[in-house]
Amino acid sequence: MEKENFRPLDLRKKLRPGESIIQALLFIAGILSIFITVAIVYELGKEAWLFFGNPDVTFAKFFGTTTWQPGIGRFGIWPLVTSTLVTSFIAILVSLPLGLAAALFLSEYASPKARSALKPILEILAGIPTVVYGYFALLFMTPLLQKIFGEGVEVYNMASAGIVMGIMILPLISSMSEDALSAVPRALREGAYAMGATKFETSLQVVLPAALSGIGAAVIIGISRAVGETMIVAVAAGAGPNFTFNPFQAAETMTGHIARISGGDLSYNTIDYTSLFAIALMLFLVTLVLNLVSQTIINKFRQRYE
Amino acid sequence: MNPSRDHYPKGEELQRSLSARYRNASIWQILFLSALVIAILSLAALLYNVVDGAFGYVAFEYKNDPSEFTAKPLDDLNQQELLDILTANLSSGAFKKLDNEKAMEKRSRSDLHTLVLERLIQIDTKQTWSMTDSIFRSSEIKAEVAEKYPDAKLEFRSWLTPVFLTTPMSSKAEFAGVRTAILGSLWMVGIAILFALPIGTGAAIYLQEYASKNLLNRIIQTNINNLAGVPSIVYGMLGLAIFVRALEPLTSGSMFGVTDANGRTILSAGLTMGTLVLPLIIINAQEAIKAVPDSLRQAAFGVGATRWQTVWHHVLPNALPGILTGSILAVSRAIGETAPLIVVGASTFISIDPDGPFSKFTALPIQIYQWTTRAQSEFHAIAASAIIVLLVLLLSLNAAAILLRNRFQKKY
Repeated sequence: MEKENFRPLDLRKKLRPGESIIQALLFIAGILSIFITVAIVYELGKEAWLFFGNPDVTFAKFFGTTTWQPGIGRFGIWPLVTSTLVTSFIAILVSLPLGLAAALFLSEYASPKARSALKPILEILAGIPTVVYGYFALLFMTPLLQKIFGEGVEVYNMASAGIVMGIMILPLISSMSEDALSAVPRALREGAYAMGATKFETSLQVVLPAALSGIGAAVIIGISRAVGETMIVAVAAGAGPNFTFNPFQAAETMTGHIARISGGDLSYNTIDYTSLFAIALMLFLVTLVLNLVSQTIINKFRQRYE
Repeated sequence: MNPSRDHYPKGEELQRSLSARYRNASIWQILFLSALVIAILSLAALLYNVVDGAFGYVAFEYKNDPSEFTAKPLDDLNQQELLDILTANLSSGAFKKLDNEKAMEKRSRSDLHTLVLERLIQIDTKQTWSMTDSIFRSSEIKAEVAEKYPDAKLEFRSWLTPVFLTTPMSSKAEFAGVRTAILGSLWMVGIAILFALPIGTGAAIYLQEYASKNLLNRIIQTNINNLAGVPSIVYGMLGLAIFVRALEPLTSGSMFGVTDANGRTILSAGLTMGTLVLPLIIINAQEAIKAVPDSLRQAAFGVGATRWQTVWHHVLPNALPGILTGSILAVSRAIGETAPLIVVGASTFISIDPDGPFSKFTALPIQIYQWTTRAQSEFHAIAASAIIVLLVLLLSLNAAAILLRNRFQKKY
C-alpha cells in the first residue's frame, strides 16, 4: 500500500471565524451556570456578611438563644432550625417507608404492565405544585389530624405540613430507589433463588442491601428537598418562629420565615432584609452539601456495578 | 428467622417453615403494594379535596335589598336599565372612576349586573359548605341556615365559572377572578422561556458536542446538577438581590422611560424563573442530544461538514422534539412555582392587566397562596377553583409534552 505517500488535505487548519464565534457563544452559555452559582454565593454571602457584621449579632446570641426577632434585636436562630428539622423529619418518616415499599413493589414484584400503569400516578403526584399541597395540608390534613388527635392540634401545625411534605417527596424517593434496585445485577437474584429463597427474602436480604447506597442517596436528596420546601410550610406550618418540638404546635421554618417576611413590605439595608439572606445562605449551604453527598454516593454506586 | 448453621430442617419441620416463609412473603407483598395504594389514595384525596371546595352551598345576605333599586327582579333587567340604576345610585366620584377604567356604556350586561351586585346591593356571604356536605346534608344545612341567618338566601354555587376566568381580582371573594393572575403567569413564563431556552440549549450543545473531558467541563456539569437541586426560594433571594435590586434601572424600565415602577416587575420575575428552570432545560436538552446516534454525526463529518454544520443540520433537528418536551416540562415547573415569586415581590392585590414586562404582576399560584391563607371560607372556595384552573393548565401542558414525545420519537 502507498499509504506513506498520501497526504490528506487538513481542513482543520483552515481558519473559520464563524465557527469560532459560535463555539465561543456556546461556551459562554455553558459557563453561565457557574456564574449563577457564584452569584448565589456572592449575593447571599454579601448580605449575610452585613448581618453577621452587625455588632448586635454575636455568635453566642445566634446559637445560644431561642428567640428569633431581628427587628427587636433577638437573634436566636434555633426556633427556625428546630421547626425545619421537625417538619423534615416527619416528611422523611412518611416518605422513606412508603417510597421504599413502593420502589420494591415496582422493581421486584410488578409486571411490566402494572408498572407502566402505576408509575404515571407517582409522576402526577410529583408534578403537583407545592402550593396545592399547602392547600391540601391546611384544609384536609389538619382537620383530619384534629379529628384523630383532638383539640391539642393547632390550626397551623408542623405535623400536617410534614406529613403532606412526605407525600410530596414520596415519588422522588421511590423513583430514585427503584433506579437503585433495578441496577442490582440479575445474577444476584438468580443466585438467591437457586438457594431456595422466596421472592421476599431475595428482595429484602439480597437486593435491598446491594442497593443500599443508592437508597441512601435518595433519602439524602429527599431531606434536601424537605429542608428547602417552602410553600407547604408557609401555608400550613405556622406564621411565627416558635421554639418547640411538639409537632402539633405551630412553628415557622427557615423557608417559611423567608417567604413571610419577604412577602411584606421589606426595605433594603434593614436588619430584617440582611437576616433573610443569612438564613438563605444557611439553606443553600445545607442543601448543597446534601446534594453533593448524594451525587457522590450515586457515582460510586454506578461504578461498582457497571 | 435464621436457624443455626448446623441445623437444617427436615420432613414436617421443613414443610412448616416453608409455608411460614411463603406466608411471610405474601404478607410483605401486600404491604409493599399498600404503599402504592396509599400514594394513590393521597392523590385521590388531594384532587377530591380541591373539587369538594370549589362547589357547594353558600348562604348570603343582601346588605341592601334589591327592591330598593328596582321593582323588577334583577336578573330580568337589560343593560340600559342596569346602567340607569348605577347612574342613579352610585356617588358621582365612584361612577367617574369606573367610567375611567372602562366606559360605562360599553360594558356588557353581565359586567353591569356584577357592578350592581358588588357596589349597590352588596352581597354579604355568611357561610359556605363543601360539595359533599351540600349533597348529603342538604336538609340539615337548610334548617341551619333558616335558624342562624333567617334573611339569608341559600344557593348551590359553582365557584369555578367562565366569569371567574375572565374577571380581575377583587377584595370580595364573590366577585374575584383569576384573569390578572393567568395573564401574569403567562407573561412571566414567556419571559422565562425566552431567556432560558436559547441559553440552556446552547449550554447543552457545548457540553455534549464541544466540551472535552477536562476539569472545567466536569465542574460545569457537576455544577448544573447541583443547581437543579437548589431550593427555589434561594433563587428567589438571588432574583431579589440581582434582578429586583441591582438591575433595577433595567427591570423597572426606568432605562426605557417607564417612571412609576420599582424593580418588582414581571421582567424580574421572569428572569428569576428563567434562572430557576435553566439547569432543568440544560439537563433535558443534554439527554435529547445524547439520544441522537453518533452515526449521524460521523456521516456528516464524513462528507466534510464542520462541527457546527453537523450540529445545526443534523444533531439539532433530531434532538428538537426532546428539547421541546423538556422545555414544556420546564414551563409547567415555572407555572407552579410560588416561593420565588413571593420573594421577588409579586403584588398581592392588583386588578389591572399586565401590559408589558415592566408592569407589576400577580400569578396564579400567588393568588392560590393568598386565598388559601385567608380565614374566610369563601376565599378557600375560590382558592380551590384557582387550583383547578392551575391543574388543568399543567395537565394540558404535560399532555402536550407526552404527545410531542410520542409523535416525534424516533427509534434508531
